[in-house]
Formats: sequence, C-alpha cells, structure tokens
Amino acid sequence: MSQADTADNRLGRRFAQLKADSKKALVTFLTAGDPSLDATVPALHALVASGADVLEVGVPFSDPEAEGPAIQAASERALANGTTLAVVLDMVQAFRERDQDTPIVLMGYLNSVLAMGEAAFAQAASAAGVDGLILVNLPPEESQPLQQALLAVNINLILLVAPTTVSARRQLIADRCTGFLYYVSLKGITGAGHLDGAEVQRNVAEIKGMTKLPVCVGFGIKDGASAAAIGKIADGVVVGSALVATMGDSGTSLEQKLTRLAEQVTDIRSGID
Amino acid sequence: MNKTYDYPDAQGHFGQHGGRFVAETLMHALDELETLYAQAKDDPAFIAEFQHDLRTYVGRETPLYFAQRITQELGGAQVYLKREDLNHTGAHKVNNTIGQALLAKRMGKPRIIAETGAGQHGVATATVAARLGLECHVYMGVDDIARQSLNVYRMKLLGANVIGVSSGSRTLKDAMNEAMRDWVTNVDNTHYIIGTVAGPHPYPMMVRDFQSVIGLETRTQCLQTLGRLPDVLVACVGGGSNAIGLFHPFINDEQVRMVGVEAGGHGIATGKHAAPLNDGVLGVLHGNRTYLMEDADGQIIETHSISAGLDYPGVGPEHSLLKDLGRAEYASATDDEAMAAFRMLTRREGILPALESSHAMAWIVANAPKMDKEQVIVMNLSGRGDKDILTVAELDGIEL
Repeated sequence: MSQADTADNRLGRRFAQLKADSKKALVTFLTAGDPSLDATVPALHALVASGADVLEVGVPFSDPEAEGPAIQAASERALANGTTLAVVLDMVQAFRERDQDTPIVLMGYLNSVLAMGEAAFAQAASAAGVDGLILVNLPPEESQPLQQALLAVNINLILLVAPTTVSARRQLIADRCTGFLYYVSLKGITGAGHLDGAEVQRNVAEIKGMTKLPVCVGFGIKDGASAAAIGKIADGVVVGSALVATMGDSGTSLEQKLTRLAEQVTDIRSGID
Repeated sequence: MNKTYDYPDAQGHFGQHGGRFVAETLMHALDELETLYAQAKDDPAFIAEFQHDLRTYVGRETPLYFAQRITQELGGAQVYLKREDLNHTGAHKVNNTIGQALLAKRMGKPRIIAETGAGQHGVATATVAARLGLECHVYMGVDDIARQSLNVYRMKLLGANVIGVSSGSRTLKDAMNEAMRDWVTNVDNTHYIIGTVAGPHPYPMMVRDFQSVIGLETRTQCLQTLGRLPDVLVACVGGGSNAIGLFHPFINDEQVRMVGVEAGGHGIATGKHAAPLNDGVLGVLHGNRTYLMEDADGQIIETHSISAGLDYPGVGPEHSLLKDLGRAEYASATDDEAMAAFRMLTRREGILPALESSHAMAWIVANAPKMDKEQVIVMNLSGRGDKDILTVAELDGIEL
C-alpha cells in the first residue's frame, strides 16, 4: 500500500489543502445519535461552521472497551435511541446534502461492521459519503480483507499507534495505514487526563519520520491550551470526550449545545492556528 | 477428525475463531505475555513450581468419584464426578490463577486485576494475590455483587479491592470491559488475569493449558480405576474453562464423546439464555472472534442464567472450533433443569454443587438413563455450591 491510495478522496484533498495553507487539522468526534437521532446532523454542520476540518462520527457499540465514561454514556444513550450502523450511514448521507467537502471518518468497533458484512458495509459507506474508518479493536494483523474492500471504494482504514507500540511495529502500522495516522497520546481510555507533552513530542517525531501520512493526535485533548501544545508537533489534533460531554449535558437544549460546541471548537481552533 | 489437532496457530487462531482484537495500546503487553509464557511453559523450574503449588496449596490431585446412588437412580450409564469442587477456594478457577500469578511474578508486575461473574474467579485471584503479596483489584457487575454477596465479602477479607461495574448489563461482560479499560491505563505495572478461555491470544491457549490438569488427571484416573477411557465427558460451558480443561487431553481420543452444556435460562426458544453455541452468530468481542449472542446490528444482547458464572454472551474460541469440527457437541440445560439436578446431587450424594456445574448434571439426568450400564460418563464437578445458598433459598421463598 502506498500513500497514493489516500489522495483521491475528501480526506486526501483536505490534508493537502491544510498543508498548502500551513494549517493544522482540527478533527472532532461526536457519538452519532446522542442525545437524539435529530441532533447529529445539525451538530456536524455546527462543528464545520466553527472550524472543524475532519469529522469523526462515533458508531455506538454495546461494549466500548476503550472508552472513558463520557463516550460510554453517550453510546448507551445513542443505542437506547435506536442508533444502528445503518442509521449512522443515513445521517452521513443527510449531512452530504449540504456539505460535499468535509471528510467524514466513522469510528467504532469491529463487530458493527462484521454484523453488516464487510463488503456490504464498504458499498453502503461509500454510497453514503464516508471517507475513512477507525476500528478501535482491529489491529493491522487482522485488518485484511476489510482494508481491501474499503480501498476498492476509496475509503481509508485509519490505524492507531500507541505509546506502547514498539518501533518495528510502528513502521508496520505506518506502512499499512492510509488517510492519516492516529497517535493515541496516552496509555488509557478516551477522555483521560494525564497527557505527557514531552512523551507525545518524542513519539510523534519518531512516527513522522516513518511516514508521509499526516499524523493526528487524540485522547486527552480537551481545550485550546491542550490542543496548542499538541498542534506544535502533530499535523492535527482530535477532540472527542469534551465535545461528547457537551452533547450529553442533560440540562441544555439542542440550541444551547450547538452554541457551546461552536465555542469549544473556536477555542481549540485558536489554540492550534 | 484428524489426529494432529494443533491449535491455536501462531497468531492465536482456532480455525476461524480466536485471534487478537484489542486496542493498540495492549498489543505490546500481549506480545510480552506470549513470549514469557512460551518460555515458562517449557521451563522445568516453572513447571515444577506450578505443580508444587497445585499439590501443596490447591490440594491436587482431585478425586474421581463414583456417584453410586445417582447411577442407580438413573439406571443407565455409570456416573463419575471429577471433584474440582474440592480444590482450595472451591472451584477449578484456582488452577489458572496459580499459573498466571506465577507469570505475573516473573514479569515483575506487582498489580493484578481480574473480572468475575459468580465471584469464583475473583476469589481465586484474590487468594493467589494475597499469597504472593500482589495488589489485587477485581471488577464485578453490580447485579452480580448483589447475587453473590458471600464471595464479595471473601474477596474483601483476602485484601482485594472489589470494584462494582454499573455500565451496560451490570454483569460479567461489563466487568470484563472495565478490566480492559483498567489494563489499558495501567499496562506497565499490571497483569490482567482473565478467568476463562476467552480474550485475546494468548489467553485462550494459556488458560486452557493451566486447566488441562483436570483432563490429564481424569485420563490417568480412568485408566487406573476402569482400565479404559470414559465414553462421555460432560462439563458446563460459560466461557468454557472447566470444559476445555477436561476435554483437551482427550481431543485425539476419537471414541470419547465430549458434551458441553450451556445455560439454557428460560429455554433456548425464549431467547432468554446464555447459549451462544446453541443460538449465536460469529462476531468479535473481548479480544477474540467467536460465537456471540448479538442482535442484527452486532450489539451484544443481555443474557440470562440463574448461574452468574455462565451468564456471558460469548464463549471461548476453542469451543467454537470444536463445534465447527463436530468434535464436541453443545447442549443446554434450563434454569429449572439445573435446579432439579442441584437438588438431586445434594440429596443422593451429599454434594452441594455450584449452579454452574448443576447444568452438566442436568444433561446426565436427561441422558444417562438412555445409555448402557457398561458405559461411563465423567462429569466435571467444577465448583461447590456454598456460594449459591442464598440464591437457592430465595427460590424456595426462605429468608436466611
């Protein structure tokens, strides 16, 4: 696999443009279907309007073993609302009615894709307008033939590198990854709070030496200040749990949530620009 | 069935099952564990220490007991019980925790975590942690904490920190999710002692190897006392560790029939059960590919069993393979059938079995009468039932 595989979709174009503009990518994550099925598409548009470059859309799973409390709770609410993988793809399609340019990456767990069928998922995701897929519990050793099915429809399988990933394995992952490389900034679950800036810097520098792909950093980034530090070393930052917490706040209306999301994204944007 | 049964492969696959499906953060720890275990299992010093502990601390070997009155009452095959309930801590679980705690010591990891359903694995883990001076945290669904309060208190007495899990279905699968989250956070100083033959490679292989002492002893005991191998092996299957421990040393003995008994709950047809080998689909959960109970969207569905230790939506990948190969067959027993078997074993033999093991007994009650008197069934009596007294009393409408 080569980086050429990633060039000709929205993700490739977006990262190329950001590079040309000398800007960092702001990648945002929301769990689809939380707090209601109707909230997701307006929230995605609000994120883009306030400065998000790439949208990660969480596909809820009953057993999200890598998630912290915020995304666990969001997943439970979304499932209670009837959010299935097919429903998430419908949301992406609805989003595409007004936005043909912003890349969308689905993020979730392998069993959702297996239940739909790998080939059927690839076709449906492509038709809906999905550009990438992150599966938390699918290491590269087990990723065939899904990756082939996805590449055939120009969808990137984005792989993760962890602080505990040894160098030889980092190279293997970098070689197999397409789209962008996702560096997990800490040993822990999503939304944890013990980010070690120096360690992230060291690891991102090593990974960037292994690949031409953009390297985005996620887990533990919650605001402009934490994003600014990461933005200095990585090609992009991923913000998830902090935004998910806003969507899950039971004391606010959808309108208030969208306003708060915009404030958060503006803050993070100013941190990395 | 070919004679060269040799699973898993180098990547931990049991046919189409098994493998390693975890967050990237854990991959290195699993590689390390795999390497260390590969060295340890062939190291005479490790083997000697493991066997010494099994003999002097666990109390092995466990007897193979002829259940004469049960045999007479059923009027068919001879029923023998492999008495894993006589192990220290009261179940087969300790065979595995002894082995894994020795590995943790070798890795220099001072902190142990575990998940537990009925609490037997939690108690067995807390026990070895106390003995080796390791810090111990046990994750347990809050619903299971309520129905297994005796084991919760035992763990606390042993110095373990019992952490209630209130997410999802608040039972064993959710405890396992939470243990995975802990491990991902504390992987540098922590060893996760998985209690069954599921999870990412090398756990299904490693736990099987530690539990195979059950089948190895049974094989020798049968040859010594009967002069031949048994006709049928029976064991209950939740994750499947006691069953694989009994079955594995007999896999190449084609004449030995192997029967795993899943939790039928209210009945397979009702959907309220915990029997993925009877009524499940292929999927990925908790690090391995195997048969699971899930809905059309791939969401894991809530299981039901009277027995907390069988109340799990997945099953060890090697059982899924044995089903695919047709080498083992998988039946089920309902809550009511298991309770009837529990009472029969208690009254006829003076042995109070765990509700888990009572499912295997229920298969014998239904099938031994149809067999010849010369035939021999060996059942794994995987645990004792003291922990279940409160559940049984409640069914009888008695408040203790």
